[in-house]
Amino acid sequence: MIVQLARKIGFRLIVVVGITAIVTIGIYAYFNIRTQRENLLAEVERHAMQLSETVRNSTRYDMLLNQRERIHIIINDIGSDPAIDEVRVLNKEGKIIYSSRKESIGRMVDKQAESCYACHAADQPLQRLSISQRTRVFRIHPDSARALGIISPIYTEPSCWNAECHAHSRQQQVLGVLDVTFSLADADERIRASALQVGIFAISAILAASLIIAFFVNRWVSRPVEALLDATKQVGAGNLGYTVPDLGKDDIGMLAQSFNTMTMKLSEARMQLFQSDKMASLGRLAAGVAHEINNPLTGVLTYASFLLKRTQNHPELQEDLKVVVRETIRCREIVKSLLDFARQSIPKKSASDINQIVDRAVAVVEHQVSIKGVKIVKALETHLPQVTIDPNQMQQVFVNLIVNAADAMDQPGGVVTVSTKLLQLSPQGTAQVKAAFCPKGHNLITSDFKIEGMPSIRVKARCDGDEGFLMFDPIYGRNHNRFELEIKDRSGIEIACPECGTSLLEEQSTCEKCGGHVLLFSIPSHGEFEVCVKKDCGWQRWAAVDLAGKQEYLEMSVADTGSGISQENLSRIFEPFFTTKGQKGTGLGLAVIWGIIDNHDGTIAVESELGIGTTFRIRLPLRR
Amino acid sequence: MSKVIDILVVDDEQVVREGVCRVCEASGLTIDAVGDATSGLEKLRKSSYRLVVCDVMLPELDGFHILGAMKKEGMRTPLIMITGCSTLQNAVNALKDGAIDFIPKPFTVEELESGIRRGLRYQELAESAAVPGSRGVSVPGFAKPCPPDCFRLGRLSWVKMEQDGIGLVGVTDLFLQTVSGVKDLQFLGMGRDLVQAAPCATITSQDSLFHEILSPLSGSIVERNEQLPSHITLLEREPYSAGWLYRIVPVNVSFELGNLISCTQDS
Repeated sequence: MIVQLARKIGFRLIVVVGITAIVTIGIYAYFNIRTQRENLLAEVERHAMQLSETVRNSTRYDMLLNQRERIHIIINDIGSDPAIDEVRVLNKEGKIIYSSRKESIGRMVDKQAESCYACHAADQPLQRLSISQRTRVFRIHPDSARALGIISPIYTEPSCWNAECHAHSRQQQVLGVLDVTFSLADADERIRASALQVGIFAISAILAASLIIAFFVNRWVSRPVEALLDATKQVGAGNLGYTVPDLGKDDIGMLAQSFNTMTMKLSEARMQLFQSDKMASLGRLAAGVAHEINNPLTGVLTYASFLLKRTQNHPELQEDLKVVVRETIRCREIVKSLLDFARQSIPKKSASDINQIVDRAVAVVEHQVSIKGVKIVKALETHLPQVTIDPNQMQQVFVNLIVNAADAMDQPGGVVTVSTKLLQLSPQGTAQVKAAFCPKGHNLITSDFKIEGMPSIRVKARCDGDEGFLMFDPIYGRNHNRFELEIKDRSGIEIACPECGTSLLEEQSTCEKCGGHVLLFSIPSHGEFEVCVKKDCGWQRWAAVDLAGKQEYLEMSVADTGSGISQENLSRIFEPFFTTKGQKGTGLGLAVIWGIIDNHDGTIAVESELGIGTTFRIRLPLRR
Repeated sequence: MSKVIDILVVDDEQVVREGVCRVCEASGLTIDAVGDATSGLEKLRKSSYRLVVCDVMLPELDGFHILGAMKKEGMRTPLIMITGCSTLQNAVNALKDGAIDFIPKPFTVEELESGIRRGLRYQELAESAAVPGSRGVSVPGFAKPCPPDCFRLGRLSWVKMEQDGIGLVGVTDLFLQTVSGVKDLQFLGMGRDLVQAAPCATITSQDSLFHEILSPLSGSIVERNEQLPSHITLLEREPYSAGWLYRIVPVNVSFELGNLISCTQDS
C-alpha cells in the first residue's frame, strides 16, 4: 500500500514540497525564537544593570558615612520588589554584610560561588569587569525558576581613603560587591509563550502549504495522470473507441488530445483491416452460395420460362407463370450481385517479389503491433525468384498472420518473426493430393473430415463384417491416416468408393513393403496414387510426382513467441467461423488465408507449443 | 458417324440437363446428354454433333478439360460454355480457350435458345466456308477479321485502346453474322459501369431473339455511338469503325488485357 503510494507522482510531489516547507519554516521559527529570547534577556540584563547602578548610587553616600541602618532600609526596600530575588553586599572577604534577606547576613560566600566566580576564577581578584562578565544566569534550586544575577564591584574612591575614619586604605581598590539577583520567571514565561506562538504558526504554515500543494498537484497532475492511465488500460484491453476526457490546455491536456487522436487513427486502421478481412471472407462465402444456388435456380428458370412459352394460348396461366419467371430472374439478379461482390476476391496473379509483399504487409501492421509492445523481425532471404501470385491477397495473408501472432502475445516484449526462403523438397511429405478419383470419376476428397486442416481422401472399407471409412492423409508420404476399422491381412476385404461402390483395390499388385493390399486412385493430370491399406505399413507410391523429383518452393513463415494453441484447437483453426477470440474475431481470417493459399496451389501448415509459440508455414511451388 | 446430332449437353446437374433437353427437343433439335467430361469426350469421338453445350464445373475433369481435349484431337465442333460457378473469370478463360460463347446460369429459355441459335448458325457458316486449318481460337474465314490493333473477348466483342487510355468497344463481325440480321440495339446508359465478360448491350435479331453482347473490358462509359440506333445497318456494315458501341475509361487495363486475345494474327 505504502509502496504503491510512494510510486505515485502526485504523492511524491506532495512529500517533496512538504519536506521543503518543514525545513524552511522550521529554520525560520528556530531562529525567530532564539532571537526573541536573546532580546528579552538583554532587556532584563539592561534593566538589572540600571537597577544595580541605582542601588549602588543610592547607598554610596550612606556607605561613606557608614550609616548601616539606612543602607539596610534601602536594600530591604529594593529587595521587596517581587521581580528582585535578593540584593546583597559582600565585603572583600566574601562576608555578606547587607542583604534583603535577613538570614543571609553575616554568612560567608565561597569564592568559587556564583557571584564571585567571574573575578576569582583565576584565583586572582580582578578589578575591572565588563558588563557581560558581571552577569550570570543560574537556578537557585534545580526546580526553581531561572535567575539573573549581576554583580557590581564597589571600588575605592578618594573620599574613602580621605575620610576621617580611614576605614579603607588607598591600595585596597575593590571594597566589596553589590550583588542583585532578578527572578527570570516572568521573562521565561514570555519566552515560552512566544515560542509556542511561533511553533503553532510554523506548523499551521507547513500544513497549509502542504494542503494547497496537495490540492493543486491532485488537480493538475494526479487526476489527469490517472485519467490517462485509465485510457491506456482501456486501449490496451482493445477498447479503441475510448477517449480521454478534456484535460484542459496545459501539457497534459495536449498529451490527452494527442492520445485521443492516436487511438482514433488506430481504430480507423483496425476497422480497415477488419473490413478487408470481412470482405474477403464474405466474398468467398457469396461465391460458394451463388454457385450452389445457381444450379437449382437454372432448373426453375428454364422450366418456368419454357412453360410460359408453351402456354401462350392459355392467358389464365400466363399471368401466374410470368410472376414465377419474373421472381426467379429477381433471384438471379440477387445472386449476381453477390457474385459481383465476390469478384473482388478472385486472385489476380502476376509475377511478384515476395519480399516486397512482406515489407508492405509489415509496414501496414507495424504501428498497430508496436502499441502492444510486440516487435516484428524480418528474416528475408535475398535474391529470391519471382513467384506468380496475387500480391494483394498475399499481402492480406501476411497482415492477418502477423496480427494474429501479435494477438497471441498477452505480454509486451513478444517477437513476431517473418521469414522467407527458397527450398528444394522431395515430393514425400510435401506434395498434396487435392483431387483423387475412383474409376467412375467420383472425387474421394472430402472436406467433412480434415487431417491437420486439409481435406482427406475417404474410402469405404468392409472387413470381417465390420464396415467403416478409412481417411488417408492427403500429404504424400506423411501417413497421418485415420481408420475407423482395422484392416487385417486376409482376403475378404472390400475397399470401395463411398459414392458408387466401385472397388479401389488393385488386383494385380501387392504392397512392396508388406505384401498387403494396395489401393489405387487417379489424380487428375498427376497419374495414379497407390497406398497400402495396412495401418502400420505406410507404403505409398505416386509415380508421376516421384518422377518429377525435387521441387522448388518458396517458404514463408510467421512465428510468434505467444501463448501457443492447444492440440484440440490446432486441428480446427482453419475452419470457417472457428475462433478463440470471442466477439473480437469473425473466425474467418484463417479460413480466408487457407483459401488464398489453396488458390495459389500452395500449402499452409501450423506448428504450436503451449507457452512457447506458434509458427505458420506457407509453401508456394515455384514453376520456372 | 452415321447421323449428325444437333446438340451434346454436358452437365452434372440432372435438372439442367433435362431442362436443356426439353427446350431443344421442343424446337425440333436432336440432343444427347451426359453428366461428366469423360463420357462427353467419348460421345464426341463416337458421334458427330453440331454444337456442344458444356458446364464448367463437372465432377472429375472440368469443362476446360473438354475444351482442351477437343482442341488437341482436332474436333471442330463449336462449344458454348454454361456455368453457375461464380466467376466471370471462368467466362473469360472459356472464351480465351476457344469456347464460342458463354451463357451464365441460371438462364431463361429465350437466353438459351438465342445462344444455341447463334452456335448452330456459327457451325453452319464454318461448315459452308470450310476453310482448312481455321480451327483453334482464330476467327474463321467467313467473317471480317478484327483489325490488328484490337483485342477481342473470344469471338464476341473487341476493344481498341486509343491514345489517351480510352477504350473503344464494339461487336465482332462474327457475332453479328451468327445473329442473323440485326433489328434493334439497346445500349446501357451513360456513366454506367461495364464489367469484363458481363452483358453490355442487347441486340434484337430479325427472328425476335435477344442477344446479349459481353463487354471486353471493365470500365465506365464516357461516350455512346448515338448514330447506331437510327442507322442500325452501320453495325453490320462497318463493325470495326463506324459501328462501334462505347468509349470507356477502363479500370484495370493491364490485368484484363491479359484475358483477351490480341488480333495481330487475325487478318
